[in-house]
Amino acid sequence: MKRFLLASLASGGLFGVGLAMSGMTDARKVIGFLDVAGDFDPGLLYVLGGAMISSAVLFALVMRRQRPAFAQAFQLSGLRAIDRPLLGGAALFGIGWGIAGYCPGPALAGLGVGSVEALWFVSAMLAGSALHWAFTAAKQAKVAR
Amino acid sequence: MAPWAISLTGGVLIGLAATLLLWLNGRTAGISGIVNGVLFPVAGDVAWRLLFLIGLIVAASLYMTWVPSAPQPRSDYSRSALVVAGVLVGFGTRMGNGCTSGHGVCGLARGSRRSLAAVATFMATAMVTTHVMRHLWSAA
Repeated sequence: MKRFLLASLASGGLFGVGLAMSGMTDARKVIGFLDVAGDFDPGLLYVLGGAMISSAVLFALVMRRQRPAFAQAFQLSGLRAIDRPLLGGAALFGIGWGIAGYCPGPALAGLGVGSVEALWFVSAMLAGSALHWAFTAAKQAKVAR
Repeated sequence: MAPWAISLTGGVLIGLAATLLLWLNGRTAGISGIVNGVLFPVAGDVAWRLLFLIGLIVAASLYMTWVPSAPQPRSDYSRSALVVAGVLVGFGTRMGNGCTSGHGVCGLARGSRRSLAAVATFMATAMVTTHVMRHLWSAA
Protein backbone atom coordinates (compact mmCIF):
# COMPACT_ATOMS: atom_id res chain seq x y z
CA MET A 1 0.00 0.00 0.00
CA LYS A 2 2.80 2.36 0.97
CA ARG A 3 4.70 1.91 -2.29
CA PHE A 4 1.44 2.23 -4.23
CA LEU A 5 0.90 5.67 -2.68
CA LEU A 6 4.53 6.70 -3.15
CA ALA A 7 4.33 5.71 -6.81
CA SER A 8 1.28 7.97 -7.20
CA LEU A 9 3.11 10.87 -5.60
CA ALA A 10 6.16 10.32 -7.83
CA SER A 11 4.08 10.04 -10.98
CA GLY A 12 2.16 13.20 -10.11
CA GLY A 13 5.44 15.02 -9.43
CA LEU A 14 6.95 13.98 -12.75
CA PHE A 15 3.73 14.95 -14.51
CA GLY A 16 3.85 18.39 -12.84
CA VAL A 17 7.46 19.03 -13.87
CA GLY A 18 6.56 17.99 -17.42
CA LEU A 19 3.63 20.41 -17.50
CA ALA A 20 5.67 23.31 -16.11
CA MET A 21 8.61 22.65 -18.44
CA SER A 22 6.42 22.32 -21.50
CA GLY A 23 4.78 25.70 -20.98
CA MET A 24 1.25 24.23 -20.86
CA THR A 25 0.79 26.24 -17.65
CA ASP A 26 0.96 29.45 -19.69
CA ALA A 27 -2.49 29.72 -21.28
CA ARG A 28 -1.17 32.26 -23.82
CA LYS A 29 1.06 29.56 -25.33
CA VAL A 30 -1.84 27.12 -25.42
CA ILE A 31 -4.12 29.58 -27.18
CA GLY A 32 -1.26 30.40 -29.58
CA PHE A 33 -1.06 26.70 -30.41
CA LEU A 34 -4.83 26.34 -30.89
CA ASP A 35 -4.87 29.39 -33.19
CA VAL A 36 -3.96 27.34 -36.28
CA ALA A 37 -5.50 29.81 -38.73
CA GLY A 38 -3.97 32.87 -37.05
CA ASP A 39 -0.72 33.45 -35.14
CA PHE A 40 0.05 29.75 -34.81
CA ASP A 41 2.68 28.90 -32.17
CA PRO A 42 4.00 25.37 -32.89
CA GLY A 43 5.72 24.99 -29.47
CA LEU A 44 3.13 22.63 -28.06
CA LEU A 45 3.48 20.28 -31.03
CA TYR A 46 6.77 19.18 -29.46
CA VAL A 47 5.04 18.69 -26.11
CA LEU A 48 2.21 16.62 -27.54
CA GLY A 49 4.58 14.72 -29.83
CA GLY A 50 6.98 13.94 -26.97
CA ALA A 51 4.18 12.82 -24.65
CA MET A 52 2.37 10.74 -27.24
CA ILE A 53 5.36 8.97 -28.76
CA SER A 54 7.03 8.17 -25.43
CA SER A 55 3.81 6.89 -23.86
CA ALA A 56 2.81 4.88 -26.95
CA VAL A 57 6.16 3.06 -26.98
CA LEU A 58 6.31 2.51 -23.22
CA PHE A 59 2.61 1.59 -22.78
CA ALA A 60 3.10 -1.22 -25.31
CA LEU A 61 5.89 -2.63 -23.11
CA VAL A 62 3.88 -2.22 -19.88
CA MET A 63 0.76 -3.86 -21.32
CA ARG A 64 2.73 -7.05 -22.03
CA ARG A 65 2.83 -7.60 -18.27
CA GLN A 66 0.15 -9.68 -16.57
CA ARG A 67 -0.40 -7.10 -13.85
CA PRO A 68 1.06 -3.83 -12.56
CA ALA A 69 3.98 -3.97 -10.14
CA PHE A 70 2.18 -2.60 -7.05
CA ALA A 71 -1.47 -3.53 -7.67
CA GLN A 72 -3.60 -6.60 -8.40
CA ALA A 73 -4.73 -5.61 -11.88
CA PHE A 74 -4.74 -2.90 -14.51
CA GLN A 75 -7.77 -0.65 -14.09
CA LEU A 76 -8.44 0.75 -17.52
CA SER A 77 -11.63 2.10 -18.99
CA GLY A 78 -13.57 -0.75 -20.56
CA LEU A 79 -15.76 1.66 -22.51
CA ARG A 80 -15.72 1.12 -26.25
CA ALA A 81 -18.69 3.01 -27.65
CA ILE A 82 -18.17 6.20 -29.61
CA ASP A 83 -21.47 7.68 -28.44
CA ARG A 84 -23.17 10.98 -27.84
CA PRO A 85 -21.88 11.57 -24.28
CA LEU A 86 -18.30 11.00 -25.45
CA LEU A 87 -18.51 13.32 -28.45
CA GLY A 88 -20.75 15.89 -26.76
CA GLY A 89 -18.55 15.98 -23.67
CA ALA A 90 -15.37 16.27 -25.75
CA ALA A 91 -16.95 19.07 -27.81
CA LEU A 92 -17.90 21.05 -24.67
CA PHE A 93 -14.47 20.48 -23.16
CA GLY A 94 -12.81 21.76 -26.34
CA ILE A 95 -14.91 24.92 -26.31
CA GLY A 96 -13.91 25.59 -22.69
CA TRP A 97 -10.25 24.85 -23.49
CA GLY A 98 -10.37 27.27 -26.42
CA ILE A 99 -12.02 30.06 -24.41
CA ALA A 100 -9.43 30.23 -21.63
CA GLY A 101 -6.49 28.05 -22.71
CA TYR A 102 -6.63 25.79 -19.65
CA CYS A 103 -7.20 22.07 -19.55
CA PRO A 104 -7.43 20.44 -16.08
CA GLY A 105 -3.75 19.58 -15.42
CA PRO A 106 -2.15 22.95 -16.20
CA ALA A 107 -4.92 24.78 -14.32
CA LEU A 108 -4.25 22.72 -11.18
CA ALA A 109 -0.51 23.32 -11.57
CA GLY A 110 -1.15 27.08 -11.48
CA LEU A 111 -2.77 26.83 -8.04
CA GLY A 112 0.56 26.17 -6.34
CA VAL A 113 2.11 29.44 -7.51
CA GLY A 114 -0.95 31.38 -6.38
CA SER A 115 -2.40 32.06 -9.82
CA VAL A 116 -5.73 33.83 -9.31
CA GLU A 117 -6.76 32.81 -12.84
CA ALA A 118 -6.17 29.16 -11.96
CA LEU A 119 -8.22 29.52 -8.77
CA TRP A 120 -11.21 30.93 -10.66
CA PHE A 121 -10.92 28.36 -13.40
CA VAL A 122 -10.49 25.34 -11.11
CA SER A 123 -13.40 26.43 -8.86
CA ALA A 124 -15.63 26.73 -11.92
CA MET A 125 -14.33 23.41 -13.24
CA LEU A 126 -15.31 21.61 -10.03
CA ALA A 127 -18.72 23.30 -10.19
CA GLY A 128 -19.11 22.14 -13.81
CA SER A 129 -18.29 18.60 -12.83
CA ALA A 130 -20.84 18.75 -9.97
CA LEU A 131 -23.37 20.18 -12.41
CA HIS A 132 -22.89 17.17 -14.68
CA TRP A 133 -23.34 14.87 -11.69
CA ALA A 134 -26.58 16.67 -10.79
CA PHE A 135 -27.85 16.37 -14.38
CA THR A 136 -27.17 12.64 -14.57
CA ALA A 137 -28.70 12.09 -11.11
CA ALA A 138 -31.85 13.96 -12.15
CA LYS A 139 -32.05 11.96 -15.38
CA GLN A 140 -31.70 8.66 -13.55
CA ALA A 141 -34.39 9.65 -11.04
CA LYS A 142 -36.71 10.38 -13.96
CA VAL A 143 -36.00 6.98 -15.55
CA ALA A 144 -36.56 5.23 -12.19
CA ARG A 145 -39.98 6.83 -11.89
CA MET B 1 18.51 24.18 -24.26
CA ALA B 2 16.63 25.43 -27.30
CA PRO B 3 12.93 26.20 -26.66
CA TRP B 4 11.78 23.27 -28.81
CA ALA B 5 14.05 20.89 -26.87
CA ILE B 6 12.60 22.09 -23.55
CA SER B 7 9.08 21.56 -24.89
CA LEU B 8 9.98 18.10 -26.17
CA THR B 9 11.57 17.15 -22.82
CA GLY B 10 8.48 18.38 -20.96
CA GLY B 11 6.30 16.24 -23.21
CA VAL B 12 8.48 13.16 -22.70
CA LEU B 13 8.31 13.67 -18.91
CA ILE B 14 4.50 13.70 -19.12
CA GLY B 15 4.65 10.44 -21.10
CA LEU B 16 7.05 8.93 -18.52
CA ALA B 17 4.78 10.00 -15.65
CA ALA B 18 1.77 8.34 -17.30
CA THR B 19 3.86 5.19 -17.94
CA LEU B 20 5.02 5.10 -14.32
CA LEU B 21 1.45 5.22 -12.99
CA LEU B 22 0.31 2.49 -15.39
CA TRP B 23 3.32 0.23 -14.87
CA LEU B 24 3.44 0.48 -11.07
CA ASN B 25 -0.20 1.06 -10.09
CA GLY B 26 -2.17 0.03 -13.16
CA ARG B 27 -4.01 3.37 -13.30
CA THR B 28 -4.64 5.90 -16.03
CA ALA B 29 -3.02 9.31 -15.52
CA GLY B 30 -6.08 11.23 -16.66
CA ILE B 31 -6.27 14.42 -14.63
CA SER B 32 -10.03 14.99 -14.95
CA GLY B 33 -10.71 11.38 -13.94
CA ILE B 34 -8.35 11.61 -10.96
CA VAL B 35 -10.02 14.86 -9.83
CA ASN B 36 -13.52 13.42 -10.22
CA GLY B 37 -12.54 10.47 -8.05
CA VAL B 38 -11.70 12.94 -5.27
CA LEU B 39 -14.83 15.04 -5.82
CA PHE B 40 -17.09 11.95 -5.85
CA PRO B 41 -15.07 9.62 -3.62
CA VAL B 42 -15.30 5.84 -3.53
CA ALA B 43 -13.98 4.33 -0.28
CA GLY B 44 -10.38 3.10 -0.60
CA ASP B 45 -9.81 4.84 -3.93
CA VAL B 46 -9.04 8.40 -2.83
CA ALA B 47 -5.59 8.57 -1.18
CA TRP B 48 -3.56 7.76 -4.30
CA ARG B 49 -5.50 10.40 -6.23
CA LEU B 50 -4.82 13.07 -3.63
CA LEU B 51 -1.12 12.20 -3.55
CA PHE B 52 -0.89 12.31 -7.35
CA LEU B 53 -2.52 15.76 -7.40
CA ILE B 54 -0.36 17.05 -4.53
CA GLY B 55 2.75 15.79 -6.35
CA LEU B 56 1.63 17.49 -9.56
CA ILE B 57 0.85 20.85 -7.94
CA VAL B 58 3.96 20.97 -5.72
CA ALA B 59 6.43 19.84 -8.40
CA ALA B 60 5.04 22.19 -11.06
CA SER B 61 5.14 25.08 -8.58
CA LEU B 62 8.71 24.36 -7.55
CA TYR B 63 9.75 24.29 -11.21
CA MET B 64 7.97 27.57 -11.97
CA THR B 65 9.51 29.17 -8.86
CA TRP B 66 13.08 27.90 -9.17
CA VAL B 67 13.76 27.80 -12.89
CA PRO B 68 14.30 31.36 -14.11
CA SER B 69 13.28 30.64 -17.72
CA ALA B 70 10.08 28.79 -16.73
CA PRO B 71 6.91 30.08 -18.40
CA GLN B 72 4.66 31.82 -15.88
CA PRO B 73 0.85 31.66 -15.78
CA ARG B 74 -1.10 34.47 -17.44
CA SER B 75 -2.79 36.86 -15.00
CA ASP B 76 -4.95 39.37 -16.87
CA TYR B 77 -7.75 37.29 -18.39
CA SER B 78 -11.44 38.09 -18.02
CA ARG B 79 -12.91 36.42 -14.93
CA SER B 80 -16.25 35.75 -16.56
CA ALA B 81 -14.45 33.99 -19.44
CA LEU B 82 -12.49 31.90 -16.93
CA VAL B 83 -15.69 30.89 -15.13
CA VAL B 84 -17.56 29.98 -18.33
CA ALA B 85 -14.53 28.04 -19.59
CA GLY B 86 -14.08 26.24 -16.26
CA VAL B 87 -17.71 25.11 -16.10
CA LEU B 88 -17.53 23.82 -19.70
CA VAL B 89 -14.28 21.96 -19.02
CA GLY B 90 -15.60 20.41 -15.77
CA PHE B 91 -18.93 19.41 -17.30
CA GLY B 92 -17.49 18.24 -20.61
CA THR B 93 -14.64 16.15 -19.21
CA ARG B 94 -16.98 14.33 -16.80
CA MET B 95 -19.52 13.76 -19.58
CA GLY B 96 -16.87 12.59 -22.07
CA ASN B 97 -14.81 10.66 -19.48
CA GLY B 98 -11.50 12.39 -20.08
CA CYS B 99 -9.41 15.38 -21.00
CA THR B 100 -6.10 16.11 -22.74
CA SER B 101 -4.23 13.64 -20.53
CA GLY B 102 -6.76 10.79 -20.20
CA HIS B 103 -7.86 10.65 -23.84
CA GLY B 104 -5.00 12.61 -25.45
CA VAL B 105 -2.02 10.90 -23.84
CA CYS B 106 -3.13 7.64 -22.18
CA GLY B 107 -6.03 6.75 -24.48
CA LEU B 108 -4.13 7.34 -27.71
CA ALA B 109 -1.08 5.54 -26.31
CA ARG B 110 -3.06 2.35 -25.84
CA GLY B 111 -4.71 2.67 -29.24
CA SER B 112 -8.26 3.46 -28.06
CA ARG B 113 -10.50 4.44 -30.97
CA ARG B 114 -12.86 6.02 -28.47
CA SER B 115 -10.09 8.33 -27.28
CA LEU B 116 -9.10 9.14 -30.85
CA ALA B 117 -12.68 10.26 -31.55
CA ALA B 118 -12.66 12.37 -28.37
CA VAL B 119 -9.29 13.98 -29.20
CA ALA B 120 -10.34 14.80 -32.77
CA THR B 121 -13.54 16.37 -31.40
CA PHE B 122 -12.01 18.50 -28.65
CA MET B 123 -9.09 19.65 -30.80
CA ALA B 124 -11.56 20.74 -33.48
CA THR B 125 -13.91 22.63 -31.13
CA ALA B 126 -10.95 24.20 -29.29
CA MET B 127 -9.41 25.46 -32.54
CA VAL B 128 -12.71 26.83 -33.81
CA THR B 129 -13.41 28.50 -30.45
CA THR B 130 -9.96 30.09 -30.36
CA HIS B 131 -10.41 31.37 -33.89
CA VAL B 132 -13.80 32.89 -33.06
CA MET B 133 -12.54 34.46 -29.83
CA ARG B 134 -9.37 35.89 -31.34
CA HIS B 135 -10.35 36.90 -34.84
CA LEU B 136 -14.10 37.13 -35.22
CA TRP B 137 -15.22 38.41 -31.85
CA SER B 138 -13.15 41.50 -31.13
CA ALA B 139 -14.51 41.79 -27.58
CA ALA B 140 -12.17 39.01 -26.41
